[in-house]
Amino acid sequence: MRFKAVLLVTMLALWAFPAALQAQQKVVKIDGSSTVYPITEAVAEEFQKATQGKIKVTVGISGTGGGFKKFTRGETDISNASRPILEKEMEEAKKNGISYLELPVAFDALTVMVHPSNTWATTMTVAELKKIWEPEAQGKVTNWSQVRPGFPDRPLTLYGAGADSGTFDYFTEAIVGKAKSSRGDYTASEDDNVLVQGIANDPNALGFFGYAYYAENTGKLKAVAIDAGKGKAVPPSEETVIDGSYYPLSRPIFIYVNKKSLERPEVRDFVEFYLKNAARLAKEVKYVPLPPDAYQKAMERFKAGRTGTAFGGKSEVGLPIREIFQRQLTD
Amino acid sequence: MREMDSYIARSLWQDRMFACLGVLCTVFGLAALCALLVKLALDGASRIDWQFFFSYPSRHASRAGILSAWVGTLVVMSVTFCTAIPLGIAAGIYLEEYARKNWLTHIIEVNIANLAGVPSIIFGLMALGLLVYLLHLGQSVLAAGLTLGFLVLPIVIVATREALRAIPTEIREASYALGASKWQTVWHHLLPYASGGIATGVIIAMSRAIGETAPLITIGALTFIAFLPPSPVSPSPPFLSLDWLHSAFTVLPIQMFNWVSRPQQEFHLNAAATGLVLIVFTLSLNALAIIIRYRMRRRIKW
Repeated sequence: MRFKAVLLVTMLALWAFPAALQAQQKVVKIDGSSTVYPITEAVAEEFQKATQGKIKVTVGISGTGGGFKKFTRGETDISNASRPILEKEMEEAKKNGISYLELPVAFDALTVMVHPSNTWATTMTVAELKKIWEPEAQGKVTNWSQVRPGFPDRPLTLYGAGADSGTFDYFTEAIVGKAKSSRGDYTASEDDNVLVQGIANDPNALGFFGYAYYAENTGKLKAVAIDAGKGKAVPPSEETVIDGSYYPLSRPIFIYVNKKSLERPEVRDFVEFYLKNAARLAKEVKYVPLPPDAYQKAMERFKAGRTGTAFGGKSEVGLPIREIFQRQLTD
Repeated sequence: MREMDSYIARSLWQDRMFACLGVLCTVFGLAALCALLVKLALDGASRIDWQFFFSYPSRHASRAGILSAWVGTLVVMSVTFCTAIPLGIAAGIYLEEYARKNWLTHIIEVNIANLAGVPSIIFGLMALGLLVYLLHLGQSVLAAGLTLGFLVLPIVIVATREALRAIPTEIREASYALGASKWQTVWHHLLPYASGGIATGVIIAMSRAIGETAPLITIGALTFIAFLPPSPVSPSPPFLSLDWLHSAFTVLPIQMFNWVSRPQQEFHLNAAATGLVLIVFTLSLNALAIIIRYRMRRRIKW
């Protein structure tokens, strides 16, 4: 009892200077999107191995938005983001005197899935998907035959990402035309495995989620080729994502690096290690890597310390990777 | 007479029916628990070996382990233990033995009972505002331990009070009669007699805290941690270090949650194995509580 009391008092005393103690450790702090997490985790794992544990890397998952909140307050060194930084977040960063480097690290592709026994929907147009997913379809479009003449008379059950995820934002923006605008009567889950199970067990299902989950479950699901209105349907694959023909459901994902953190050698080393190894590691965790010259351009941007975003605070659908590096950067 | 017989027969029949219903309910609950355990064991048992316990998380499911997670759970629990338990027991003693029974004490009592039922996420939000932002503790072991400490504090207080209340008043009176002061009565008589009940409450509180995820996610617990908190003892002066309190951490339930949401099937096996470890942890804590209670009851006879 007495020992415990002593310990308690010591701990209370230590509350006074936590900052002083933390300063000694070499830690790279990362937080943000769950979509980018697997790649950053792989890089962190390899980096710690390469530096023999001298530099510590922590990676959290609080979503792109949650990550930016911490990042723009200066709490983290690097933020994982599955979409570009938004205007509000840019203002917040400016207010706190934080400038950042925007570095694309890989592609993320959304895949539209059906049950393997589904023989009719091998291709779909963006317009057909819009007809299914727009808010006006709620309670009305409930049968496959309503989607396209010639589709069988079967009920249509829908599965999709939950409204808090970046995946949902991107899908609605690319398909319906406005972020977060969607019907509400579908099975929604933040956990893509739930969606995989749902679609794999329902012959009438249609759903969407990240490419990595499809790549792991190719036997249980069938991907629908997407026709963006040009009359040519493109199935999701590594090649079609890299060459930009899988449109509009693929997007680059980013890391944002605090410029001030780059003054610390451990953060510099980590970012350099990230860009050098991203292609190999992204592939290993079933993401689609950027073309090699994009990593080179990102490395140049990093070496030169060019801050700002290429998107001006708005997210865009299907922007080719080349253009990201050609645009003027705004802080 | 015949009426009486048929009445008795009906009552007996009703009795049997109710007994059957009771057995059915019990079996249902147990079967659900067993099914869960068996499923976890079948999925996870193949992954449990030394390598699993002594490896850091990895992108390769077969090489990934729970070292940082169980060490994290252990250090967070130790902070919770060192803060919530002394505070809770002291508060319980005060409320039961010292506090005057007036409206203020009454309000405090009602609030503590209510606090024990508040959803854990609320404690997480409170801790986020108070510990992380106001006191600048960040996403540290200290912040997490204190958050869980807040969470289990009411449980400890209530358990302490129950244990003290179970002691007959004669014991107190006898102690006073021999000239003992209030503190001496509490320290030499009441606490030893109540220790069984208090220990049970403490262990139940700890086994609740060990499985909590929501409040830790709220304060921003991290997911990928491939290092351990700095050691509390060092070979050079001052020998003892409290750096570990400010270290980043992850815990078993969070590690499990992360693995469940991975696309690869092998990670789900890892999650099942982690679940198994967590359940064994919790069940053995509960078993310990039962043993302690049994021992203490046998020792004390009034």
